[in-house]
Amino acid sequence: MNLYRAHVLVCAGAGCISSGCQGVKNALLESISRLGLEREVKVVETGCMGPCDLGPVIVVYPEGVFYRKLKPADAVEIAEEHLLKGRVVERLLYRVPEDGRTAATFDQIDFFKKQTRIALRNTGIINPESVEEYIARDGYRALGKVLSSMSPQEVIECVKKSGLRGRGGAGFPTGLKWEFSAKAPGSPKYVVCNADEGDPGAFMDRSILEGDPHSVLEGMAICGYAIGANQGYVYVRAEYPLAVQRLSLAIEKAREYGLLGQNIFGTGFSFDVEIRVGAGAFVCGEETALLASIEGRRGEPRPRPPFPAQSGLWGKPTVINNVETWANVPPIILNGPEWFASIGTEKSKGTKVFALAGKVNNTGLVEVPMGTTLREIIFDLGGGIPGGKQFKAVQTGGPSGGCIPARYLDVPVDYESLTQLGAIMGSGGMIVLDEDTCMVDLARFFLEFVQDESCGKCSPCRIGTKRMLEILERITRGEGRDGDIELLEELGHHIKSSALCGLGQTAPNPVLSTIRYFREEYEAHIYQKKCPARVCRELVVYTIDEEKCNGCGRCRVVCPAGAIFGEKKKPHRIEVEKCIRCGTCMEKCKFSAIYSL
Amino acid sequence: MARIDSLAELDKLRERLQEEMRLREGGEEVKVVVTMGTCGIAAGAREVITAILEEISKRGLKGVTVGQTGCAGLCHYEPLVEVERPGTEKVTYVHVDEKKAREIVSKHLVNGQVIKEWTIK
Repeated sequence: MNLYRAHVLVCAGAGCISSGCQGVKNALLESISRLGLEREVKVVETGCMGPCDLGPVIVVYPEGVFYRKLKPADAVEIAEEHLLKGRVVERLLYRVPEDGRTAATFDQIDFFKKQTRIALRNTGIINPESVEEYIARDGYRALGKVLSSMSPQEVIECVKKSGLRGRGGAGFPTGLKWEFSAKAPGSPKYVVCNADEGDPGAFMDRSILEGDPHSVLEGMAICGYAIGANQGYVYVRAEYPLAVQRLSLAIEKAREYGLLGQNIFGTGFSFDVEIRVGAGAFVCGEETALLASIEGRRGEPRPRPPFPAQSGLWGKPTVINNVETWANVPPIILNGPEWFASIGTEKSKGTKVFALAGKVNNTGLVEVPMGTTLREIIFDLGGGIPGGKQFKAVQTGGPSGGCIPARYLDVPVDYESLTQLGAIMGSGGMIVLDEDTCMVDLARFFLEFVQDESCGKCSPCRIGTKRMLEILERITRGEGRDGDIELLEELGHHIKSSALCGLGQTAPNPVLSTIRYFREEYEAHIYQKKCPARVCRELVVYTIDEEKCNGCGRCRVVCPAGAIFGEKKKPHRIEVEKCIRCGTCMEKCKFSAIYSL
Repeated sequence: MARIDSLAELDKLRERLQEEMRLREGGEEVKVVVTMGTCGIAAGAREVITAILEEISKRGLKGVTVGQTGCAGLCHYEPLVEVERPGTEKVTYVHVDEKKAREIVSKHLVNGQVIKEWTIK
């Protein structure tokens, strides 16, 4: 055992890696060695701590002091001041946005204080490359408990009683899914982890795999015991290289300790896991397409039933759950189903991890109990909208989800409430939109995404989404016609009811939900040929206010189209026919003399 | 590394590993603080803290955090070591060296015996 007087946790989630945490870590290590503190201070790389916007971040224990937005030079200062002399470096602490107070530790910062971490219990706290640190935090104890003192049926009952539902989007009761597979005839059976997270702006599953890969492996092994399977597969996308690397290492380490492989804990139960790297097709997040891809076939969905629980991988009974679902399983076994069921709402138990993105101050990862309101998530944890702008809507569930407008901010978030509002829980992506977002353009963006990702097997999705996209593109170009909205609605409803898989069935959601809540924006585009948020280029007209313009000529110089004319020191004007509506002139004008309509 | 062949073996390993992680958990525990201002470090506080850490690891002592602090204003008594158990008064040892540090661990931390003659007069 190696005891240290201080642990420095360096967040090495992908967010902090891109903001430069490796340089910070190296500077720390160099300084620590230069100061001769190697025997006293240990530096640990962890998974994502959540506040990605503040990266690179580190935490110094035992005090638990949180430093943010570090550069290598700051790390040197922390080593010299805090680690050597025990003096906290005030200027690198987090500041509360409202009053500028410094907050040194997690319990002083709303972003951390208001979270309940179950799936993320170890993420950001342990070194994901150390199975020992996972074991120290009760890792593999749930597997040990299950193998030595519970029958498979008892495990299934426990998961059923906990009320855990699939965190991938649809929210199917996990215990029930396990029971179907356990009872289904056929052998061998398989356990699959869906790590093909593809929604734009969503990174919950990646963070769990990067920050706590063993929790997923343990959950899968527990399921293997419950349903009688000895082989598991993790299907993860190639765009997640760090997750793949840490997961591979975790599998290797778990095998060395005998926590995966033959005769686990001397109980005769054997279970192993292999990784299948997907090429990043969005449709492969759909379970039947994913299974086809694992089998080496083209990633295309097939009609259900039969469901994978009956006939999955190679036609055998297969349980397929998403990353976050698996990470929830070990704590449920250890703390009991009643504990889990005591958190959340009547029908949605436990917590949910959300990836906050878009126009919100604290972009990052948060885990909150089901039933937390959107207002709490976006304003208390997320810190509100930057730049004093107005909140407009939040987009949940990615391309399969919908937009929820400001008037529903106080709705408690769970599977049912979001579905009622025309959105979905989805895997937990939350994109916050402010007043500068054009809802028609947003719908067009998501539809363009699904159109591109449609596998083309069924015609409602292949042709239907294409036609919807064409209509939307027309509207945003200012060529919308009377009846377009109704046509979009009709097409949308037909695609929803007739597409083959989840991708197609949910593809119209962003369009339908924006029409539902922001119909007037569609109408403004179609009838007045105006984009109220001034996003759709073809509909924006830039004008110079002759009273404010003093003829400095800046706009004329920067205009790439040569569309601005005027003599020096006299008011300028924009020639509309030549203007390409790039907005550069408005940005550069120091006298706010240029406005858009 | 050795294979874990039973739940009991996992529990044993976990107990050992938990000590290393204790720093990150917080809570009630024995605190050993070495004053490490310039004066303390010049007087040998660094060797003292290293010896304390080593001794605690070697003995597998549980529930102890070792920390540092700045100058306590008693520069001519340096190196100083403070031991604080929950619910009891703080004991301050003076003129500690490596050897004394190891003895403080074995007598005070393990057996609960305060070594009176080394405390502040």
